[in-house]
Amino acid sequence: MEEFVQHFINGISLGSIYALIAIGYTMVYGILQLINFAHSDVYMIGAFTGYYFGNYISRLGWVTLPSWSAFFFTLACAMLVCGFLGFMIERFAYRPLRKAPKLNILITAIGISLFLEYTGQIVFGADPKVFPNLLNDVELFSSESGNVRISSFDIVILTVSVSLVVILNFIIFKTKLGKAMRATSFNDTWAALMGIPVDRIISYTFVIGSALAAAGGILVGIKYPKIEPLMGVMIGLKAFVAAVLGGIGNLTGAVIGALIMGLAEQFVVGYGSSTYRDALAFGILIVILLFKPAGLLGKFGVEKV
Amino acid sequence: MSEKCLLDVQDITMKFGGLCAVNKFKLQLKKGELVGLIGPNGAGKTTVFNMLTGVYRPTSGDILFQNESLLGLKPFDINSLGLARTFQNIRLFKSLSVLDNVLVASHRKTAYGLMDSILVTDTRCELEDKARADAIELLKIFNMENLIDEQAGSLSYGKQRCLEIVRALATKPQILFLDEPAAGMNSTEKVTLMKIIDSIRDKFDLTILLIEHDMKLVMGICERIVVLDHGVIISQGAPQDIQNDPKVIEAYLGASVLEAHS
Amino acid sequence: MKQLIKANLIPVGIIILFGILTPVFESALDAYVQTIFIYCLINVVLSVSLNLVNGFTGQFSIGHAGFMAVGAYASAYVTMTYPSYLGGVMGAGGAEGILLQIQFFINVLLGGFVAAFAGWAVGLPSLKLKGDYLAIVTLGFGEIIRVILLNTEAVGGARGMYGIPKIANFFWVSSWAFICILVVWRLVRSTHGRGFLSVREDEIAAESVGINTTQFKTKAFVISSFFAGIAGGLFAHYLAYLNPSSFTFMKSFDVVVMVVLGGMGSITGSVISAVIITVLPEALRPLQELTQIDFRMVIYSLALVVLMLTRPQGLMGTKEISDYLKFFKKRGSSNV
Repeated sequence: MEEFVQHFINGISLGSIYALIAIGYTMVYGILQLINFAHSDVYMIGAFTGYYFGNYISRLGWVTLPSWSAFFFTLACAMLVCGFLGFMIERFAYRPLRKAPKLNILITAIGISLFLEYTGQIVFGADPKVFPNLLNDVELFSSESGNVRISSFDIVILTVSVSLVVILNFIIFKTKLGKAMRATSFNDTWAALMGIPVDRIISYTFVIGSALAAAGGILVGIKYPKIEPLMGVMIGLKAFVAAVLGGIGNLTGAVIGALIMGLAEQFVVGYGSSTYRDALAFGILIVILLFKPAGLLGKFGVEKV
Repeated sequence: MSEKCLLDVQDITMKFGGLCAVNKFKLQLKKGELVGLIGPNGAGKTTVFNMLTGVYRPTSGDILFQNESLLGLKPFDINSLGLARTFQNIRLFKSLSVLDNVLVASHRKTAYGLMDSILVTDTRCELEDKARADAIELLKIFNMENLIDEQAGSLSYGKQRCLEIVRALATKPQILFLDEPAAGMNSTEKVTLMKIIDSIRDKFDLTILLIEHDMKLVMGICERIVVLDHGVIISQGAPQDIQNDPKVIEAYLGASVLEAHS
Repeated sequence: MKQLIKANLIPVGIIILFGILTPVFESALDAYVQTIFIYCLINVVLSVSLNLVNGFTGQFSIGHAGFMAVGAYASAYVTMTYPSYLGGVMGAGGAEGILLQIQFFINVLLGGFVAAFAGWAVGLPSLKLKGDYLAIVTLGFGEIIRVILLNTEAVGGARGMYGIPKIANFFWVSSWAFICILVVWRLVRSTHGRGFLSVREDEIAAESVGINTTQFKTKAFVISSFFAGIAGGLFAHYLAYLNPSSFTFMKSFDVVVMVVLGGMGSITGSVISAVIITVLPEALRPLQELTQIDFRMVIYSLALVVLMLTRPQGLMGTKEISDYLKFFKKRGSSNV
């Protein structure tokens, strides 16, 4: 039982990180019907921004590590950098292809993804780096037998993720920008006819999604402090699977899907074999697409004839 | 039911969410008939076609072709039973040649195996030559035999519509569904096309159901006309009866016109 | 019979010519150039076969490496487990040497069939998905195949397989590349190929004229997987060892890049770009040694993006070399 509780806690913690990345996939898919393959690498860049920035500010002596100010400072900076990166990717790689066949955009996305990965390997080096110690990990709770532990990292990860998701929900459902986003994702031609600057809305979508991915990168960095340029590949795929599982294009779905993914993975590792850990995501994906392609909360349109 | 009834459509209904696009559509097609299906924009005519050809599955009702239900069959199964169609928004294989467009449709005539294709056997060559000759023969109906190497997408609008009909004919159908075949043509072209449609019916022993906007056009060639409005059949019968039916005039021109007339 | 002989005389002649040229090839060229040449041809098999699915049938698969792995492991496993079931002897001349060659042919063919079966098993359920969903599912299946191989001790698991006899030579590799090109070329010019093309052009219209689109997609996928398996078998028996890490999705992306660069729907393009993509890294090697940095993948990926932005149809579009040589071609003869 205690083991189960521990896996559950780890699963939720992992799932909330997946959620931050899955949201980016689902937002872009909702608005462009594009699997943004580069999204996972934006997350990687987020982690590396955190790495360099965290080390830099501590060397300058602005803040001392570990501290809350260092953490939030780094988080904000990574989100800014990645937001800008997301904007640039959309502006220079995807926007020129707005009217091109879907396949071309998909190939471009794959190209951007590979480009970021391999440029990362050259610029950052292919070997893993140790993420700076931005926060101290404190054990907040430990059961008598010591089998169940809740660390402050788990709480930080959960709090930061939940807050960001709440803020995002506020933006999407309570602001004018959010309304424009929803309109664009419903039908971009009509949205444009209603005077919505579709291109700018799409840019915002990329900025927001990328910033969330960066937050995911920082949170992963503090919890699993080894980062490398290909770190985005697997986690990106899993987050994507989470988005599909929840029903792609649906925000709540992405969060639910991500939590399910995180839990499933922790339980497979905990009770089964860790070698099949990565195959699990694909297994889930294939089962979903074959039996309920719309995901848990999504719906599939009928092609007009 | 009489033996001559080829297609029996029984109360098919199509609902998209809360919207009832077609409600209890009924139709009986006898062999050799040419029936017009008319109605204003958005009346549900194309939806009827999509149900008849298996693109949509009706929410309720049944479609019997030669007393066999077509429900649940895929579009390609329905086509192989002998029902072919054209599309309102032309759906040619745009980057293929005109000839290839027709040859794709005659694939049942060229049913040689993979190994025949790979080894270029005599069977393959004979069947290909035969299918090619047949395709050109069909294209001649619309005077398109000199266009066989053109890309389908580069043809004029009118020719593209004609090619769609040829492509449908190449599947050797018993019933042909034509979805606004004359759309986008000028009035001379339209009249010529209607004559051709009438002639292919006799030549290929076809039964034709035709969607058309232009009432005058269908009056000339159809024996029977069904009028659809808001998904419901509001009138059917011989062309001259339809022409004078107040309900039809109302659907087309609005109630006020009718009042002004009377 | 007449057509059959007429159409196949030249291809058989070409394969015999490959046989005659093999000793020349092996003695005249140095080992490094030979190796690059062989890899070029293996990549030609991969890219031309993937083009059948991605280019001609319009389905975007990015799991080709998985099927290559299946073929490689299946054929290598048979070769390793039953080294001379026909009585052939490695390195021997005469009848025993020929028997070994025949056995090798059978094993590679077997690898192709196993890969084709895997393609069928994967394709049948997943090909009802469209576009990017299909892409990600094929990627998933490709990775699952690799994870399974990684966990199968019978084929060496993570260690891989060592000591596979190196039987694939110029003759086999070039003959298979030629056969692959010929088969795809003739298929797309047959009723089957028109079916593939119609699926690419417009699925709804294709179904309306009686094309069972799922069946055609599966057919293309199976044939494509078959040749991926053949390429795998050749690869295994040339490199002489196998490791699951040779078949990651990076390998699949390589092949996708070849197809896209060459032009989706052009066999000529696939051949040209397979050669470019194989030779380019070698040509860039001096630069790489100078800077100590592997720019290869950066250039690939950048090229892919620039290509999509400036020339999305690739080098050749859907044109073939024959379209440029039409002047010499007799008009109206569709028989290759």
